[in-house]
Amino acid sequence: MKISPAHIIRLYDRFEFLDKEGSGQLRLEDFAEVKELAMNPIGDRIIGAFFSPGQETVDFPSFVRILAHFRPTDKNRAKDSTQPEPVNSRTSKLKFAFQLYDQDRDGKISRAELLQVLREMLGMQVTEEQLESIADRAIQEADLDRDDAISFEEFRKSLEKVNIEHKMSIRFLR
Amino acid sequence: MFSFHAIFFPQWATLRMERGAKEKNHHLYKPYSNGIIAKEPSSLEQEIHELRGSANSLRSEPEFEMADIFYFCRRGVESIVDDEVTKRFSAQELESWNLLTRSNYNFRHISVRLSALWGLGVLIRYGFLLPLRLTLAVTGVGLLLVLTTMVGFLPNGELRTYLSEKVHLICYRICVRALTAIITYHNRENKPKNGGICVANHTTPIDVIILANDGCYSMVGQVHGGLMGIIQRAMVKSSPHIWFERSEVKDRHHVAKRLGDHVADKTKQPILIFPEGTCINNTSVMMFKKGSFEIGCTVYPVAIKYDPRFGDAFWNSSKFGIVNYLLRMMSSWAIVCSVWYLPPMNREEGEDAVQFANRVKAAIAAQGGLVDLLWDGGLKRAKVKDAFKEEQQKLYSKVLTVHPALYCAH
Repeated sequence: MKISPAHIIRLYDRFEFLDKEGSGQLRLEDFAEVKELAMNPIGDRIIGAFFSPGQETVDFPSFVRILAHFRPTDKNRAKDSTQPEPVNSRTSKLKFAFQLYDQDRDGKISRAELLQVLREMLGMQVTEEQLESIADRAIQEADLDRDDAISFEEFRKSLEKVNIEHKMSIRFLR
Repeated sequence: MFSFHAIFFPQWATLRMERGAKEKNHHLYKPYSNGIIAKEPSSLEQEIHELRGSANSLRSEPEFEMADIFYFCRRGVESIVDDEVTKRFSAQELESWNLLTRSNYNFRHISVRLSALWGLGVLIRYGFLLPLRLTLAVTGVGLLLVLTTMVGFLPNGELRTYLSEKVHLICYRICVRALTAIITYHNRENKPKNGGICVANHTTPIDVIILANDGCYSMVGQVHGGLMGIIQRAMVKSSPHIWFERSEVKDRHHVAKRLGDHVADKTKQPILIFPEGTCINNTSVMMFKKGSFEIGCTVYPVAIKYDPRFGDAFWNSSKFGIVNYLLRMMSSWAIVCSVWYLPPMNREEGEDAVQFANRVKAAIAAQGGLVDLLWDGGLKRAKVKDAFKEEQQKLYSKVLTVHPALYCAH
Protein backbone atom coordinates (compact mmCIF):
# COMPACT_ATOMS: atom_id res chain seq x y z
CA MET A 1 0.00 0.00 0.00
CA LYS A 2 1.71 3.15 -1.16
CA ILE A 3 1.56 6.52 0.45
CA SER A 4 0.16 9.02 -2.00
CA PRO A 5 0.63 12.79 -2.08
CA ALA A 6 -2.98 13.10 -0.90
CA HIS A 7 -2.10 11.16 2.26
CA ILE A 8 0.82 13.47 2.95
CA ILE A 9 -1.49 16.43 2.52
CA ARG A 10 -3.91 14.91 5.02
CA LEU A 11 -1.08 14.40 7.48
CA TYR A 12 0.02 17.97 6.93
CA ASP A 13 -3.51 19.21 7.61
CA ARG A 14 -3.46 17.22 10.82
CA PHE A 15 -0.04 18.64 11.69
CA GLU A 16 -1.33 22.17 11.11
CA PHE A 17 -4.39 21.41 13.18
CA LEU A 18 -2.26 20.22 16.10
CA ASP A 19 0.09 23.19 15.74
CA LYS A 20 -2.07 25.63 17.68
CA GLU A 21 0.47 28.43 17.63
CA GLY A 22 1.06 28.16 13.92
CA SER A 23 4.78 28.02 14.43
CA GLY A 24 5.41 25.19 11.99
CA GLN A 25 6.64 23.00 14.82
CA LEU A 26 4.82 20.87 17.34
CA ARG A 27 5.58 21.17 21.04
CA LEU A 28 4.77 18.85 23.94
CA GLU A 29 1.64 20.86 24.77
CA ASP A 30 0.28 20.43 21.24
CA PHE A 31 0.40 16.65 21.58
CA ALA A 32 -1.08 16.82 25.05
CA GLU A 33 -4.16 18.52 23.57
CA VAL A 34 -5.23 15.30 21.86
CA LYS A 35 -7.92 14.04 24.22
CA GLU A 36 -7.65 10.37 23.39
CA LEU A 37 -3.92 10.47 23.93
CA ALA A 38 -4.36 11.97 27.39
CA MET A 39 -6.32 8.92 28.45
CA ASN A 40 -3.76 6.47 27.09
CA PRO A 41 -1.75 5.11 30.05
CA ILE A 42 1.52 5.40 28.15
CA GLY A 43 0.48 8.57 26.35
CA ASP A 44 3.43 10.60 27.59
CA ARG A 45 5.86 7.95 26.49
CA ILE A 46 4.41 7.90 22.99
CA ILE A 47 4.64 11.68 22.77
CA GLY A 48 8.27 11.41 23.86
CA ALA A 49 8.98 9.09 20.95
CA PHE A 50 8.39 11.96 18.53
CA PHE A 51 11.06 14.15 20.06
CA SER A 52 14.73 13.44 19.43
CA PRO A 53 16.87 13.60 22.55
CA GLY A 54 17.41 17.22 23.47
CA GLN A 55 14.82 18.53 21.00
CA GLU A 56 11.84 20.48 22.23
CA THR A 57 9.95 20.75 18.97
CA VAL A 58 8.99 18.45 16.12
CA ASP A 59 8.89 19.65 12.55
CA PHE A 60 6.75 18.10 9.83
CA PRO A 61 9.41 15.84 8.25
CA SER A 62 10.25 14.37 11.67
CA PHE A 63 6.54 13.94 12.39
CA VAL A 64 6.08 11.95 9.20
CA ARG A 65 9.27 9.96 9.76
CA ILE A 66 8.01 8.68 13.11
CA LEU A 67 4.58 7.91 11.70
CA ALA A 68 6.25 6.05 8.87
CA HIS A 69 7.18 3.34 11.37
CA PHE A 70 3.51 2.42 11.31
CA ARG A 71 3.17 1.90 7.62
CA PRO A 72 2.16 -1.68 6.87
CA THR A 73 5.19 -3.81 6.14
CA ASP A 74 5.97 -4.52 2.54
CA LYS A 75 5.96 -8.32 2.60
CA ASN A 76 7.38 -8.61 -0.86
CA ARG A 77 10.50 -6.68 -0.22
CA ALA A 78 13.55 -8.63 -1.24
CA LYS A 79 16.03 -8.98 1.56
CA ASP A 80 18.96 -6.90 0.46
CA SER A 81 21.59 -6.31 3.08
CA THR A 82 23.17 -3.44 1.14
CA GLN A 83 20.03 -1.36 1.45
CA PRO A 84 19.31 0.38 4.76
CA GLU A 85 16.50 -1.17 6.78
CA PRO A 86 13.21 0.45 5.76
CA VAL A 87 11.58 2.33 8.59
CA ASN A 88 8.45 0.16 8.52
CA SER A 89 10.13 -3.25 8.55
CA ARG A 90 9.49 -5.72 11.35
CA THR A 91 12.86 -4.94 12.90
CA SER A 92 12.25 -1.21 12.83
CA LYS A 93 8.84 -1.60 14.42
CA LEU A 94 10.39 -3.76 17.12
CA LYS A 95 13.07 -1.14 17.70
CA PHE A 96 10.38 1.53 18.07
CA ALA A 97 8.56 -0.52 20.69
CA PHE A 98 11.84 -1.38 22.40
CA GLN A 99 12.64 2.29 22.78
CA LEU A 100 9.31 2.89 24.44
CA TYR A 101 10.56 0.64 27.21
CA ASP A 102 14.23 1.65 27.13
CA GLN A 103 13.95 5.33 27.97
CA ASP A 104 17.62 5.95 28.76
CA ARG A 105 18.58 4.41 25.42
CA ASP A 106 21.33 2.24 26.80
CA GLY A 107 20.23 -0.70 24.66
CA LYS A 108 18.80 -2.67 27.58
CA ILE A 109 15.46 -2.71 29.37
CA SER A 110 16.43 -2.72 33.02
CA ARG A 111 14.21 -3.95 35.80
CA ALA A 112 13.57 -0.37 36.88
CA GLU A 113 12.51 0.67 33.36
CA LEU A 114 10.16 -2.30 33.13
CA LEU A 115 8.65 -1.45 36.49
CA GLN A 116 8.11 2.10 35.30
CA VAL A 117 6.13 0.96 32.26
CA LEU A 118 4.07 -1.45 34.35
CA ARG A 119 3.25 1.31 36.79
CA GLU A 120 1.97 3.44 33.93
CA MET A 121 -0.10 0.69 32.35
CA LEU A 122 -1.65 -0.50 35.60
CA GLY A 123 -1.73 2.59 37.82
CA MET A 124 -3.49 2.05 41.13
CA GLN A 125 -5.09 -1.21 40.06
CA VAL A 126 -2.37 -3.45 41.53
CA THR A 127 -0.08 -3.20 44.54
CA GLU A 128 3.65 -2.52 44.43
CA GLU A 129 4.41 -6.17 45.31
CA GLN A 130 2.28 -7.39 42.44
CA LEU A 131 4.08 -5.01 40.08
CA GLU A 132 7.44 -6.31 41.22
CA SER A 133 6.42 -9.92 40.82
CA ILE A 134 5.09 -9.25 37.33
CA ALA A 135 8.36 -7.54 36.40
CA ASP A 136 10.41 -10.38 37.87
CA ARG A 137 8.46 -12.95 35.93
CA ALA A 138 8.75 -11.04 32.66
CA ILE A 139 12.51 -10.64 33.00
CA GLN A 140 12.95 -14.29 34.02
CA GLU A 141 11.25 -15.38 30.83
CA ALA A 142 12.96 -13.12 28.37
CA ASP A 143 16.39 -12.65 29.90
CA LEU A 144 18.49 -15.38 28.36
CA ASP A 145 21.99 -14.24 29.34
CA ARG A 146 20.99 -13.70 32.96
CA ASP A 147 22.18 -10.11 33.22
CA ASP A 148 18.90 -9.01 34.82
CA ALA A 149 17.99 -6.84 31.83
CA ILE A 150 16.44 -7.42 28.42
CA SER A 151 18.56 -6.56 25.42
CA PHE A 152 17.11 -5.88 21.98
CA GLU A 153 17.92 -9.38 20.77
CA GLU A 154 16.25 -10.99 23.78
CA PHE A 155 13.26 -8.68 23.20
CA ARG A 156 13.09 -9.71 19.58
CA LYS A 157 13.34 -13.40 20.47
CA SER A 158 10.53 -13.23 23.02
CA LEU A 159 8.28 -11.66 20.40
CA GLU A 160 9.10 -14.13 17.65
CA LYS A 161 5.58 -15.41 17.33
CA VAL A 162 3.75 -12.09 17.63
CA ASN A 163 2.19 -10.68 14.48
CA ILE A 164 3.91 -7.32 14.78
CA GLU A 165 3.37 -6.30 11.19
CA HIS A 166 -0.36 -6.27 11.80
CA LYS A 167 -0.47 -4.91 15.34
CA MET A 168 1.93 -2.05 14.75
CA SER A 169 0.47 -0.85 11.48
CA ILE A 170 -1.93 1.93 10.66
CA ARG A 171 -3.71 1.92 7.35
CA PHE A 172 -4.91 4.98 5.52
CA LEU A 173 -8.49 4.88 4.31
CA ARG A 174 -8.50 5.16 0.52
CA MET B 1 -40.63 30.50 -3.98
CA PHE B 2 -37.12 31.80 -4.06
CA SER B 3 -36.08 29.06 -1.65
CA PHE B 4 -36.47 26.60 -4.51
CA HIS B 5 -33.84 28.47 -6.47
CA ALA B 6 -31.65 28.70 -3.40
CA ILE B 7 -31.50 24.92 -3.41
CA PHE B 8 -31.41 24.24 -7.08
CA PHE B 9 -28.52 26.56 -7.90
CA PRO B 10 -25.87 25.16 -5.57
CA GLN B 11 -26.82 21.56 -6.31
CA TRP B 12 -26.44 22.08 -10.01
CA ALA B 13 -23.20 23.93 -9.48
CA THR B 14 -21.84 21.20 -7.22
CA LEU B 15 -22.59 18.52 -9.77
CA ARG B 16 -20.94 20.49 -12.55
CA MET B 17 -17.90 21.03 -10.40
CA GLU B 18 -17.63 17.38 -9.46
CA ARG B 19 -17.82 16.33 -13.04
CA GLY B 20 -15.21 18.89 -14.04
CA ALA B 21 -12.80 17.80 -11.35
CA LYS B 22 -13.17 14.14 -12.16
CA GLU B 23 -12.63 14.72 -15.85
CA LYS B 24 -9.36 16.46 -15.22
CA ASN B 25 -8.45 13.80 -12.68
CA HIS B 26 -7.34 16.17 -9.99
CA HIS B 27 -5.98 13.81 -7.43
CA LEU B 28 -6.15 16.48 -4.80
CA TYR B 29 -9.91 16.34 -4.90
CA LYS B 30 -10.69 13.44 -2.63
CA PRO B 31 -14.03 12.83 -1.00
CA TYR B 32 -13.65 12.91 2.73
CA SER B 33 -14.77 9.87 4.59
CA ASN B 34 -15.35 10.13 8.28
CA GLY B 35 -11.74 9.40 9.24
CA ILE B 36 -8.29 9.41 7.73
CA ILE B 37 -7.16 6.01 8.96
CA ALA B 38 -8.76 2.61 9.32
CA LYS B 39 -9.52 2.03 12.98
CA GLU B 40 -10.40 -1.38 14.22
CA PRO B 41 -13.38 -1.34 16.53
CA SER B 42 -12.05 -4.15 18.70
CA SER B 43 -11.79 -3.76 22.46
CA LEU B 44 -8.73 -3.76 24.68
CA GLU B 45 -9.40 -7.34 25.85
CA GLN B 46 -9.84 -8.63 22.34
CA GLU B 47 -6.66 -7.10 21.04
CA ILE B 48 -4.48 -8.14 23.95
CA HIS B 49 -5.74 -11.71 23.64
CA GLU B 50 -4.90 -11.65 19.96
CA LEU B 51 -1.42 -10.46 20.80
CA ARG B 52 -1.13 -13.20 23.41
CA GLY B 53 -2.55 -15.94 21.25
CA SER B 54 0.21 -15.62 18.73
CA ALA B 55 2.93 -15.25 21.35
CA ASN B 56 2.45 -18.07 23.78
CA SER B 57 -0.36 -20.58 23.67
CA LEU B 58 1.11 -22.84 26.32
CA ARG B 59 0.13 -20.54 29.13
CA SER B 60 -2.52 -21.59 31.55
CA GLU B 61 -3.12 -18.20 33.01
CA PRO B 62 -2.69 -14.91 31.16
CA GLU B 63 -0.01 -12.67 32.56
CA PHE B 64 1.86 -9.64 31.44
CA GLU B 65 3.53 -9.99 28.06
CA MET B 66 6.10 -7.65 26.58
CA ALA B 67 3.92 -7.49 23.48
CA ASP B 68 1.05 -5.85 25.39
CA ILE B 69 2.63 -2.46 24.87
CA PHE B 70 1.90 -2.68 21.16
CA TYR B 71 -1.79 -2.21 21.77
CA PHE B 72 -1.39 1.04 23.70
CA CYS B 73 1.32 2.22 21.35
CA ARG B 74 -0.77 1.80 18.24
CA ARG B 75 -3.87 3.31 19.80
CA GLY B 76 -1.80 6.26 20.92
CA VAL B 77 -0.31 6.91 17.49
CA GLU B 78 -3.71 6.43 15.86
CA SER B 79 -5.15 9.15 18.04
CA ILE B 80 -2.29 11.47 17.12
CA VAL B 81 -3.15 11.02 13.47
CA ASP B 82 -6.92 11.17 13.84
CA ASP B 83 -8.92 11.27 17.04
CA GLU B 84 -12.66 10.84 17.45
CA VAL B 85 -13.23 13.64 19.88
CA THR B 86 -11.47 16.75 18.60
CA LYS B 87 -12.99 16.52 15.17
CA ARG B 88 -16.53 16.69 16.63
CA PHE B 89 -15.88 20.22 17.76
CA SER B 90 -15.04 21.66 14.39
CA ALA B 91 -17.31 21.84 11.41
CA GLN B 92 -17.85 18.71 9.39
CA GLU B 93 -15.89 18.48 6.18
CA LEU B 94 -17.90 18.15 3.01
CA GLU B 95 -17.53 15.65 0.24
CA SER B 96 -17.96 18.25 -2.42
CA TRP B 97 -17.81 21.98 -2.21
CA ASN B 98 -21.04 23.91 -1.92
CA LEU B 99 -19.66 27.22 -3.17
CA LEU B 100 -19.34 28.72 0.28
CA THR B 101 -15.82 29.84 1.17
CA ARG B 102 -16.45 28.95 4.78
CA SER B 103 -16.86 25.29 3.83
CA ASN B 104 -13.66 25.27 1.85
CA TYR B 105 -11.21 23.20 3.85
CA ASN B 106 -9.46 20.92 1.48
CA PHE B 107 -10.28 22.08 -1.97
CA ARG B 108 -7.71 23.88 -4.01
CA HIS B 109 -8.19 26.10 -7.01
CA ILE B 110 -9.61 24.00 -9.78
CA SER B 111 -10.83 26.23 -12.54
CA VAL B 112 -11.71 29.76 -13.50
CA ARG B 113 -15.24 28.71 -14.25
CA LEU B 114 -15.68 27.57 -10.70
CA SER B 115 -14.43 30.84 -9.30
CA ALA B 116 -16.87 32.68 -11.52
CA LEU B 117 -19.71 30.54 -10.22
CA TRP B 118 -18.59 31.26 -6.73
CA GLY B 119 -18.55 34.99 -7.43
CA LEU B 120 -22.08 34.82 -8.75
CA GLY B 121 -23.06 32.92 -5.66
CA VAL B 122 -21.63 35.63 -3.44
CA LEU B 123 -23.63 38.30 -5.26
CA ILE B 124 -26.86 36.41 -4.87
CA ARG B 125 -26.27 35.52 -1.25
CA TYR B 126 -25.08 38.86 0.06
CA GLY B 127 -26.90 41.15 -2.32
CA PHE B 128 -30.28 39.53 -2.34
CA LEU B 129 -30.77 36.79 0.22
CA LEU B 130 -29.13 38.44 3.19
CA PRO B 131 -31.02 41.76 3.20
CA LEU B 132 -34.28 39.92 2.65
CA ARG B 133 -33.61 37.61 5.54
CA LEU B 134 -32.46 40.34 7.87
CA THR B 135 -35.71 42.17 7.30
CA LEU B 136 -37.67 39.07 8.10
CA ALA B 137 -35.63 38.39 11.22
CA VAL B 138 -36.13 41.88 12.57
CA THR B 139 -39.85 41.65 11.84
CA GLY B 140 -40.09 38.29 13.54
CA VAL B 141 -38.32 39.31 16.71
CA GLY B 142 -40.11 42.61 16.87
CA LEU B 143 -43.50 40.98 16.54
CA LEU B 144 -42.57 38.46 19.21
CA LEU B 145 -41.75 41.21 21.67
CA VAL B 146 -44.84 43.26 20.95
CA LEU B 147 -47.39 40.48 20.75
CA THR B 148 -46.22 38.50 23.77
CA THR B 149 -46.35 41.63 25.87
CA MET B 150 -49.87 42.28 24.66
CA VAL B 151 -51.02 38.75 25.41
CA GLY B 152 -49.40 39.10 28.82
CA PHE B 153 -52.03 41.65 29.79
CA LEU B 154 -54.80 39.10 29.48
CA PRO B 155 -55.88 37.22 32.61
CA ASN B 156 -54.79 33.60 33.02
CA GLY B 157 -57.06 31.25 31.19
CA GLU B 158 -57.86 29.36 28.04
CA LEU B 159 -57.92 32.42 25.79
CA ARG B 160 -54.51 33.49 26.97
CA THR B 161 -52.96 30.06 26.45
CA TYR B 162 -54.51 29.81 23.01
CA LEU B 163 -53.36 33.26 21.91
CA SER B 164 -49.89 32.79 23.35
CA GLU B 165 -49.48 29.59 21.36
CA LYS B 166 -50.56 31.31 18.19
CA VAL B 167 -48.26 34.26 18.78
CA HIS B 168 -45.25 32.06 19.41
CA LEU B 169 -45.92 29.92 16.37
CA ILE B 170 -46.34 32.91 14.05
CA CYS B 171 -43.15 34.54 15.19
CA TYR B 172 -41.14 31.34 14.97
CA ARG B 173 -42.46 30.75 11.48
CA ILE B 174 -41.22 34.16 10.44
CA CYS B 175 -37.83 33.44 11.96
CA VAL B 176 -37.69 30.16 10.09
CA ARG B 177 -38.32 32.03 6.84
CA ALA B 178 -35.64 34.47 7.86
CA LEU B 179 -33.14 31.66 7.85
CA THR B 180 -34.70 29.91 4.89
CA ALA B 181 -34.86 26.78 6.93
CA ILE B 182 -36.42 23.94 5.03
CA ILE B 183 -37.52 21.47 7.61
CA THR B 184 -39.00 18.05 7.18
CA TYR B 185 -40.82 16.75 10.22
CA HIS B 186 -41.13 13.00 10.53
CA ASN B 187 -43.46 11.00 12.74
CA ARG B 188 -45.42 13.94 14.00
CA GLU B 189 -47.75 11.60 15.86
CA ASN B 190 -44.98 11.34 18.46
CA LYS B 191 -44.89 15.06 19.17
CA PRO B 192 -44.15 15.91 22.80
CA LYS B 193 -47.14 16.38 25.05
CA ASN B 194 -47.77 18.41 28.18
CA GLY B 195 -46.14 17.16 31.32
CA GLY B 196 -43.14 15.71 29.58
CA ILE B 197 -39.64 16.67 28.62
CA CYS B 198 -38.43 16.91 25.06
CA VAL B 199 -34.74 16.09 24.56
CA ALA B 200 -32.81 16.63 21.36
CA ASN B 201 -29.26 16.64 20.11
CA HIS B 202 -27.72 20.09 20.00
CA THR B 203 -25.92 21.59 17.05
CA THR B 204 -26.80 25.26 17.12
CA PRO B 205 -29.04 27.75 18.90
CA ILE B 206 -31.23 27.56 15.79
CA ASP B 207 -32.35 24.11 17.00
CA VAL B 208 -34.75 25.97 19.26
CA ILE B 209 -36.38 27.80 16.36
CA ILE B 210 -36.56 24.62 14.31
CA LEU B 211 -38.44 22.78 17.02
CA ALA B 212 -40.56 25.68 18.23
CA ASN B 213 -41.76 26.16 14.68
CA ASP B 214 -43.81 23.02 15.00
CA GLY B 215 -44.94 23.04 18.59
CA CYS B 216 -44.96 25.02 21.77
CA TYR B 217 -42.30 24.31 24.31
CA SER B 218 -41.12 25.84 27.52
CA MET B 219 -37.52 26.80 27.20
CA VAL B 220 -34.92 26.34 29.86
CA GLY B 221 -31.87 28.48 30.13
CA GLN B 222 -29.81 31.07 31.87
CA VAL B 223 -30.96 34.64 32.17
CA HIS B 224 -29.03 36.80 29.73
CA GLY B 225 -28.56 40.50 29.44
CA GLY B 226 -29.07 42.66 26.39
CA LEU B 227 -31.40 41.79 23.55
CA MET B 228 -31.56 38.16 24.59
CA GLY B 229 -32.71 39.19 28.05
CA ILE B 230 -35.44 41.41 26.64
CA ILE B 231 -36.70 38.55 24.50
CA GLN B 232 -36.65 36.20 27.49
CA ARG B 233 -38.63 38.56 29.66
CA ALA B 234 -41.17 39.12 26.90
CA MET B 235 -41.63 35.40 26.31
CA VAL B 236 -42.27 34.74 29.97
CA LYS B 237 -45.13 37.26 29.98
CA SER B 238 -47.34 35.08 27.85
CA SER B 239 -46.29 31.52 28.65
CA PRO B 240 -44.23 29.76 31.31
CA HIS B 241 -40.53 29.43 30.54
CA ILE B 242 -37.83 28.50 32.99
CA TRP B 243 -35.02 30.98 33.16
CA PHE B 244 -32.33 30.57 35.80
CA GLU B 245 -30.09 33.16 37.32
CA ARG B 246 -26.42 32.32 36.98
CA SER B 247 -26.10 31.56 40.65
CA GLU B 248 -29.06 29.18 40.64
CA VAL B 249 -27.58 27.04 37.90
CA LYS B 250 -25.03 25.46 40.23
CA ASP B 251 -27.68 24.31 42.67
CA ARG B 252 -28.77 21.05 41.10
CA HIS B 253 -31.57 20.42 43.55
CA HIS B 254 -33.09 23.79 42.87
CA VAL B 255 -32.92 23.20 39.14
CA ALA B 256 -34.44 19.74 39.48
CA LYS B 257 -37.22 21.09 41.66
CA ARG B 258 -38.23 23.80 39.24
CA LEU B 259 -38.24 21.38 36.34
CA GLY B 260 -40.16 18.84 38.39
CA ASP B 261 -42.80 21.40 39.38
CA HIS B 262 -43.25 22.41 35.78
CA VAL B 263 -43.86 18.91 34.46
CA ALA B 264 -46.17 18.07 37.33
CA ASP B 265 -48.50 20.82 36.11
CA LYS B 266 -50.29 19.16 33.21
CA THR B 267 -51.50 22.44 31.76
CA LYS B 268 -47.96 23.54 31.05
CA GLN B 269 -46.18 22.85 27.79
CA PRO B 270 -43.42 20.26 27.52
CA ILE B 271 -39.95 21.45 28.45
CA LEU B 272 -37.25 21.55 25.80
CA ILE B 273 -33.81 20.47 26.96
CA PHE B 274 -30.54 19.75 25.19
CA PRO B 275 -28.76 17.27 27.46
CA GLU B 276 -25.40 17.44 25.70
CA GLY B 277 -24.92 20.82 27.24
CA THR B 278 -23.01 22.26 24.31
CA CYS B 279 -23.09 22.46 20.52
CA ILE B 280 -21.68 19.45 18.69
CA ASN B 281 -21.00 19.43 14.97
CA ASN B 282 -23.93 17.17 14.02
CA THR B 283 -21.90 14.10 13.10
CA SER B 284 -22.29 12.52 16.50
CA VAL B 285 -24.18 12.61 19.76
CA MET B 286 -22.11 13.07 22.88
CA MET B 287 -22.75 12.22 26.49
CA PHE B 288 -26.14 13.26 27.85
CA LYS B 289 -26.07 14.91 31.24
CA LYS B 290 -28.24 12.89 33.54
CA GLY B 291 -30.08 15.77 35.24
CA SER B 292 -33.08 15.80 32.93
CA PHE B 293 -33.44 12.05 33.20
CA GLU B 294 -33.69 12.04 36.96
CA ILE B 295 -36.98 13.92 37.10
CA GLY B 296 -39.02 10.83 36.43
CA CYS B 297 -41.42 11.95 33.74
CA THR B 298 -41.94 10.86 30.17
CA VAL B 299 -39.12 11.76 27.83
CA TYR B 300 -39.83 12.57 24.20
CA PRO B 301 -36.61 12.16 22.19
CA VAL B 302 -36.14 14.17 19.03
CA ALA B 303 -33.36 13.77 16.48
CA ILE B 304 -32.29 16.74 14.37
CA LYS B 305 -30.03 16.25 11.39
CA TYR B 306 -28.82 19.10 9.19
CA ASP B 307 -27.86 18.63 5.58
CA PRO B 308 -24.37 20.15 5.37
CA ARG B 309 -24.49 20.75 1.65
CA PHE B 310 -26.54 23.89 1.89
CA GLY B 311 -24.98 25.57 4.85
CA ASP B 312 -23.12 24.44 7.89
CA ALA B 313 -25.38 24.98 10.84
CA PHE B 314 -22.87 24.08 13.55
CA TRP B 315 -22.02 26.92 15.92
CA ASN B 316 -18.38 26.74 16.93
CA SER B 317 -18.70 29.05 19.92
CA SER B 318 -14.97 29.21 20.49
CA LYS B 319 -14.45 30.54 16.99
CA PHE B 320 -17.43 32.78 16.32
CA GLY B 321 -19.69 34.96 18.39
CA ILE B 322 -23.46 34.67 18.09
CA VAL B 323 -23.98 37.70 15.85
CA ASN B 324 -21.24 36.60 13.48
CA TYR B 325 -22.78 33.16 13.47
CA LEU B 326 -26.27 34.39 12.66
CA LEU B 327 -24.98 36.52 9.80
CA ARG B 328 -23.20 33.50 8.39
CA MET B 329 -26.39 31.47 8.68
CA MET B 330 -28.36 34.13 6.89
CA SER B 331 -25.88 34.32 4.05
CA SER B 332 -25.76 30.58 3.40
CA TRP B 333 -27.90 29.06 0.72
CA ALA B 334 -30.42 27.52 3.05
CA ILE B 335 -30.67 25.48 6.18
CA VAL B 336 -32.05 22.10 5.30
CA CYS B 337 -32.78 19.72 8.08
CA SER B 338 -34.83 16.75 9.13
CA VAL B 339 -36.54 16.37 12.46
CA TRP B 340 -37.66 12.97 13.70
CA TYR B 341 -40.02 12.71 16.63
CA LEU B 342 -39.24 9.44 18.38
CA PRO B 343 -41.75 7.46 20.44
CA PRO B 344 -41.85 8.52 24.10
CA MET B 345 -39.61 6.72 26.57
CA ASN B 346 -39.90 6.17 30.27
CA ARG B 347 -37.35 5.07 32.81
CA GLU B 348 -37.63 1.34 33.31
CA GLU B 349 -37.45 -0.69 36.49
CA GLY B 350 -33.93 -1.11 37.73
CA GLU B 351 -32.54 1.43 35.31
CA ASP B 352 -30.67 4.37 36.74
CA ALA B 353 -30.64 7.87 35.27
CA VAL B 354 -27.35 7.35 33.43
CA GLN B 355 -28.50 4.14 31.75
CA PHE B 356 -31.77 5.76 30.80
CA ALA B 357 -29.91 8.74 29.35
CA ASN B 358 -27.69 6.44 27.30
CA ARG B 359 -30.70 4.53 26.02
CA VAL B 360 -32.34 7.72 24.82
CA LYS B 361 -29.08 8.90 23.32
CA ALA B 362 -28.66 5.67 21.38
CA ALA B 363 -32.18 5.99 19.99
CA ILE B 364 -31.55 9.55 18.84
CA ALA B 365 -28.19 8.66 17.31
CA ALA B 366 -29.66 5.69 15.46
CA GLN B 367 -32.51 7.72 14.00
CA GLY B 368 -30.43 10.67 12.95
CA GLY B 369 -27.62 8.61 11.49
CA LEU B 370 -25.16 10.07 14.00
CA VAL B 371 -22.28 8.37 15.76
CA ASP B 372 -23.12 7.50 19.35
CA LEU B 373 -20.15 8.55 21.48
CA LEU B 374 -19.52 8.14 25.18
CA TRP B 375 -17.40 11.25 25.34
CA ASP B 376 -18.53 14.25 27.28
CA GLY B 377 -19.23 17.38 25.27
CA GLY B 378 -17.57 19.29 28.08
CA LEU B 379 -14.27 18.09 26.69
CA LYS B 380 -14.53 20.95 24.25
CA ARG B 381 -13.16 23.16 26.95
CA ALA B 382 -11.97 20.98 29.79
CA LYS B 383 -9.01 18.69 30.22
CA VAL B 384 -9.48 14.96 30.03
CA LYS B 385 -10.21 13.68 33.49
CA ASP B 386 -7.84 11.19 35.03
CA ALA B 387 -10.85 8.92 35.42
CA PHE B 388 -10.57 8.03 31.73
CA LYS B 389 -6.97 6.96 32.10
CA GLU B 390 -7.93 4.91 35.16
CA GLU B 391 -10.62 3.19 33.12
CA GLN B 392 -7.99 2.05 30.65
CA GLN B 393 -5.74 0.86 33.46
CA LYS B 394 -8.63 -1.00 35.05
CA LEU B 395 -9.52 -2.74 31.80
CA TYR B 396 -5.93 -3.78 31.29
CA SER B 397 -5.48 -5.06 34.83
CA LYS B 398 -8.56 -7.25 34.39
CA VAL B 399 -6.88 -8.92 31.42
CA LEU B 400 -3.92 -9.83 33.59
CA THR B 401 -5.40 -12.29 36.03
CA VAL B 402 -2.42 -12.60 38.30
CA HIS B 403 -1.81 -15.80 40.28
CA PRO B 404 -4.45 -16.03 43.06
CA ALA B 405 -1.82 -16.34 45.79
CA LEU B 406 -0.50 -12.91 44.97
CA TYR B 407 -3.67 -11.11 44.00
CA CYS B 408 -5.80 -9.49 46.65
CA ALA B 409 -9.20 -8.49 45.28
CA HIS B 410 -9.90 -4.75 45.35
